[in-house]
Formats: sequence, structure tokens, C-alpha cells
Amino acid sequence: MLEMLIGLFSYDFIRRALVVGTLVSLCAALLGVTLVLKRYSMIGDGLSHVGFGALSIALAANLAPLQVSVPVVVIAAFLLLRLSENSKIKGDAAIALIASSSVAIGVIVTSLSQGMNTDVYNYMFGSILAMSSSDVFLSVILSVIVLVMFVFFYHRIFAVTFDEGFAKATGTKVGNYNILIALLTALTIVVGMRIMGTMLISSLIIFPALTSMRVCRTFKTVVISSAIISVVCFFLGILASFAFSLPAGASIVVVNLAVFGIFFIVGVIKEKT
Amino acid sequence: MVQLSCKNVTMTYENTVALKDVSFEVQAGDYLCIVGENGSGKSTLIKGILGLTPVKSGTIAFSGGVSRDEIGYLPQQTEIQRNFPASVYEVVLSGCLNRMKRHPFYGKSQRQWAMDNLKRLGIEQIKNKSYQDLSGGQQQRVLLARALCATEKMLLLDEPITGLDPIVSGELYEIIGQLNRQSSVTILMVSHDVSCAVKYATKILHLSAGVSFFGDVKDYLESDVGRRFTGGGDHA
Repeated sequence: MLEMLIGLFSYDFIRRALVVGTLVSLCAALLGVTLVLKRYSMIGDGLSHVGFGALSIALAANLAPLQVSVPVVVIAAFLLLRLSENSKIKGDAAIALIASSSVAIGVIVTSLSQGMNTDVYNYMFGSILAMSSSDVFLSVILSVIVLVMFVFFYHRIFAVTFDEGFAKATGTKVGNYNILIALLTALTIVVGMRIMGTMLISSLIIFPALTSMRVCRTFKTVVISSAIISVVCFFLGILASFAFSLPAGASIVVVNLAVFGIFFIVGVIKEKT
Repeated sequence: MVQLSCKNVTMTYENTVALKDVSFEVQAGDYLCIVGENGSGKSTLIKGILGLTPVKSGTIAFSGGVSRDEIGYLPQQTEIQRNFPASVYEVVLSGCLNRMKRHPFYGKSQRQWAMDNLKRLGIEQIKNKSYQDLSGGQQQRVLLARALCATEKMLLLDEPITGLDPIVSGELYEIIGQLNRQSSVTILMVSHDVSCAVKYATKILHLSAGVSFFGDVKDYLESDVGRRFTGGGDHA
């Protein structure tokens, strides 16, 4: 076991993935609590698909992936928020529309420029090799921004999540905080999707929050425990991926699923006693 | 002292006129119940007063030391809230948000103020319980404590007793009445329950798109619309 851990840390690309992955797991877990409670989970999913389109175009045009996808996904976040606020059902359909269109455009651009290859596969399902050292630098900065903003606005985010009407009536600029939440989500997704993949990044947002809500009953404990669960699952997932040569993103999701199952059972038992 | 005055307010909801030419005034210390049939524009009026929905024409003005963001609002509960993981204390403290100004975290005085309001409503012993595990009556007390954290001047309650049993709703009316009499909080309440409205309130606003009646409870009971709506002793 120890040997394996030493082996794990001896690779540069794994160290990079661990640093970025830990930060992204934290960001995703914190934001996830709000997104799940606000019924915004679909936005996360939609944004990751938009991110795929942006990445493919950046790659085809020989541009730096993060520098292109950050602004594109941020703009998409504003749009999706608008859509889902206007009307629930229409919003859902609109997100699906935007998501699949982005993927389609991304796939076409890629196949025209260089043919379908491992890059596309990596964007879809993530790759532990995805992070170059310049990506790591930008990713760490973005994640730290998300974490600091979340802590700084923690109480306001709680108020807006629990009861928008009341917050608005007592003078809180609810719209601004919704935009802030969408913005932070966009950053988290762009940074995280390289490792986790387009198809799997939204699980990083949804799973830890849902898992901790099985057992925890207050907002603070839900936030803290989902942060811990997220980071622990990330490490276990990377470890499994290293030990059994499995794709990293998928391993992390499966670990999350297992932990969710355990918490679900604990929650049911707790309820009965 | 006038705290709120609505002049010729007209509001639309999805292109139909929900509220037409409504005028009334609220004095400090009033206990006003807004009654009317379903679709008479009660909820629309509330949203207009809170600034959640824009007014088509007319004016809604605050005076006498009350501003629009100093209204304690007790909304109808949403599905999201009923299953929300939050402690009672977290919910009540969130009422102090407008006292934080630009600070990111709550100060000592705000935490103390939240505790004071928990005690005032007799829920300090359940402050660490989860909101979702409470009974309907307890949940309303928590939301009332939160509203009081935001302001002591004016409370706006939207159907506060929906889904509560008669004993619990009686208790809630008592608490609201006490706040009105002892702490001179101005109360605006939307209610289905006309019999309780005339029992506890001092003034009635009866809406049916426009104002059918506005005045003291005593006069309401003697008015045509009041007699019809309260049943007047014989049910038609």
C-alpha cells in the first residue's frame, strides 16, 4: 500500500492532477450544496457540455484550452441562468438543447480538423494526463478564487438558497448572487472537466451534496461534510485508477456512488432509530 | 403616522389585470388583514409591496421611518424549504442579513439579536434542531423569528396558517397579536380565514381585483360585502 502511494506521488502528472483535482473537488462540493438545493443541478451538466464544445474549438484553432473555454462557459452560465429563471420546464428543455448542440459542434469541428482521436475521448471521459504545468497554474488560481468567494459570501449564499423571496424583500440583491453562483460553477466546471471529462464532471458537483444530505441535517454540516466526502472520494478514485489502470474520472464517480450508497443506508437506519 | 400608502395601484399578472386601482393607507401599529376570494389579487398586491413584481401604474410609497427593505416577510412555504437541511438558528440568523451591511460574517450583536428573537418566540430550546424535522407550527415560528430579525417595524404575512391545525393556528394568531400590541409591530396579513381575520385584526382590506372594502373591522362586519363574505350568520 505504502509502496503504491510512493509510486503514485513519484509521477509529475499525477502530482499535478492531485493538486488541481483536490481543489476542484472542494469547489464542486461547496457549490454543489447550493446548486442541488436550488434545483440548479442541470445547469452544471449543461455547462460541462458547452465546455466540451469550447475545448474542441480551442484545440482545432491551436489556442490554449483554458483561456478559450473560461469566457465561453461563463457566458453560457449567464444564459442558462436566465433560461431556468424564466420558466422551469422551458429552462430544462433549453439546457438540453444548448448542451447537445455544443457537443455536436465540438465533435464536428474536431473531426474536420484532425479526425476523431484520443483527444476527443479524453475530453469526454477525462484524463489524468490532461494537466500541463501551465494549466495547473491557472487552474489553481481559479479554484482559489472560487473557494475564497464562497467563504466570503457564505451567509448570503445560504440566505439566497433557502428563501429567495425573503432575501429579496429584505434588500439582498438576489440576482447578483445567482449570477455569482453561476459564475463560480462555470469556473469550477472548466477547471475540473479536463480530469473528470465532460460526461462526468457534473457528478463531482451533485454526488457529495446528495451524499451528505442523507445524514447531515444543518447547512453548515452539509457543506463541511460534502467537502470532506468530495476530497476523500477523489483520492480513492485516483488511487483505484492508478492501481487497476482504470480511467480516472470514471473511478472517482464509482467511488462517489459507493459512498452515496453507504450514506443512504446510514440515513435510513438513523431515521428509524 | 402613515407607514405605507398605495395610490391607484394597478398590477398585471401574465397579461391579465390582477389588481385594479387599489388605494389604501397603513398606519403605524395597524393590524390589517387582506381578504378576498382566490384570484382576487391578494398575493399580487403582496409582491407589489415587497417590490418582487413591478407595478403597472400607481404608486406604493413607504414613509414614517420604514423603507422597502425593512419589511419582515413571512412567505408561503415552498417545497424546497420543507426539505432544506438547515438548523433553526441558521434560518433565524439569516434574517439579520440586511444588518450586516458590507461585512461578510455576522457580528456579535447580530447573533445576540437572533438569540433574542428565538427566545421571544419560545423556540430557543430547539435552535440546533433541523428545520426539516419541525412541525408546521414550529416552522412558522422559526420564519416569524427570522422576519423579526430583519425588522421590528412591519411584518407582512402571506397565508401564515395554511396547513396548520386549529390549535396551532390559534397559538400563532396569539403570538402575532402580541407582537402587534406589545412591540407595536405593524401587521399586514393575507388570509383565507375571514372569521379569524375579523377576530384578531383591527382593519380589513377586502379585494376583488379592486378594493371592495377598506376600513375598521367593526364597519366591515356591517358592510354588505363583509356580511356576505363572513356569512353574516346564515350561509347562503
